[in-house]
Amino acid sequence: MQHRHRCGRGIVSDRVMLGIDRIKCDGHGVCADLVPELIELDDWGYPVIRAGEIPQSVLPHARRAVAGCPALALRLQAIATRR
Amino acid sequence: MSIALLAGPAADRGMEALAEHQRRLGPLPPAGTLIDAVERSNLRGKGGAGFPVATKWRAVASQRAGTPVVVANGGEGEPLSRKDRMLMEQRPHLVIDGALLAADAVGADDVVLYVGADHTGAIQAMHRATTERPVSERARLRLISAPVRYVSGEETAAVHFINAGIALPTSIPPRPYERGVDGRPTLVQNVETLAHVALIARFGDDWFRSLGHGTASGTTLVTVGGAVPQTVLIEIPQGVPLADAIDAAGGLTSDSAAVLLGGYFGGWVESTAAWALPLDVESLRRLGSSLGCGVIAVLPSGRCGVVETARILAYLAHESARQCGPCTFGLRAIAAAAGRVSGLASTPGDLERIQRWAGLLAGRGACRHPDGAAGLLASALGVFTAEFLLHDSDHRCSIATAAAAAS
Repeated sequence: MQHRHRCGRGIVSDRVMLGIDRIKCDGHGVCADLVPELIELDDWGYPVIRAGEIPQSVLPHARRAVAGCPALALRLQAIATRR
Repeated sequence: MSIALLAGPAADRGMEALAEHQRRLGPLPPAGTLIDAVERSNLRGKGGAGFPVATKWRAVASQRAGTPVVVANGGEGEPLSRKDRMLMEQRPHLVIDGALLAADAVGADDVVLYVGADHTGAIQAMHRATTERPVSERARLRLISAPVRYVSGEETAAVHFINAGIALPTSIPPRPYERGVDGRPTLVQNVETLAHVALIARFGDDWFRSLGHGTASGTTLVTVGGAVPQTVLIEIPQGVPLADAIDAAGGLTSDSAAVLLGGYFGGWVESTAAWALPLDVESLRRLGSSLGCGVIAVLPSGRCGVVETARILAYLAHESARQCGPCTFGLRAIAAAAGRVSGLASTPGDLERIQRWAGLLAGRGACRHPDGAAGLLASALGVFTAEFLLHDSDHRCSIATAAAAAS
């Protein structure tokens, strides 16, 4: 299934990355359990997110992590591509 | 070296009144095509990040939602910097001219003059200056004193304070240029930057570029402190070697192993490499360094770089807004470990942990506070490598040892 993501100014992208609101994030650590391919926790329990595009194979897990974040701090954001 | 911003009456004469300011420089010119002139002038923001000013103005001017607002940022929370408060004390009308010109250029009505509450001389001068302006201008100006806090000059924190009385950074997006004061597109610009604009509008971008040394453009204010006779504000042509700034400040008062360039958000440079460094944004960036907010702090002989770094990290950890986990806990842990190393009381693994953690801070806060601390620490680990090892594994400080031997 191809999802397309808006990233402002009407630009549409099917390449996405994880974004995080650092102020909202409380270090629950749910995300690292749900998508360890992309997220590790630092020594204090806060996520360290692998930079760059999320591979298609991992995207379902990333969606689950975004949906499951108790602080609503995690999001998917489009990587802007000109087309 | 008083070239542009500091030309005119001597510093000890205090604030330049409006009448004298206008006699010397002429009336406030129309903004006209000022954005283009600012772009050609290659003026960069003087708050620390060195962002191209014209790019920022265009971003604000191109927003559709709401009439823009201009915030003249005189928060100056950097403990080693004096330039913004002294500029406001001596040349408030340059700052106000620049803010009004910026407002006209981006289509803003209102201007907020945001000044650190502890900069009492600057607040008084800015207040008196606003009362000297014609009513039509005064009506557009609002003076707000900002809380005394390191992060309160960060641009989202400034906007947050103006809107809600809370001088803490907010998550981006939205950035202030999209949605800032009262939800309107907001240009947050350092006061020195605006003062340069006041002169570019009068004398042109050719004039501004010609002030620079070599290929660099314009002048810049720097605060020189540490191993010099006294902490001073000077104005230098951009691009001159760092040694020129030291000479202008009265020369070195002792040998020095290193220079802290850019203040607490900057980095240490070995002095052997530092003296020849060209002081302009682009050259320094190519060399992996930064002038930041214009602080040049020369480490005096007899002071240990490890100890100074640990002290700064402790300060930065204390000044964290404590909103983001990596900054709250990570920076605190780094500062604690650095304090143990500095105090010759490290526990096994402290130095390795500091090195690992230093790489874990950047990009992990809503604002750049953790990035600044990480950059400072990384530079210290590079410049003071041997001293860190001596402190950590031998529990010895070469400076303290030398001092003990001499007494």
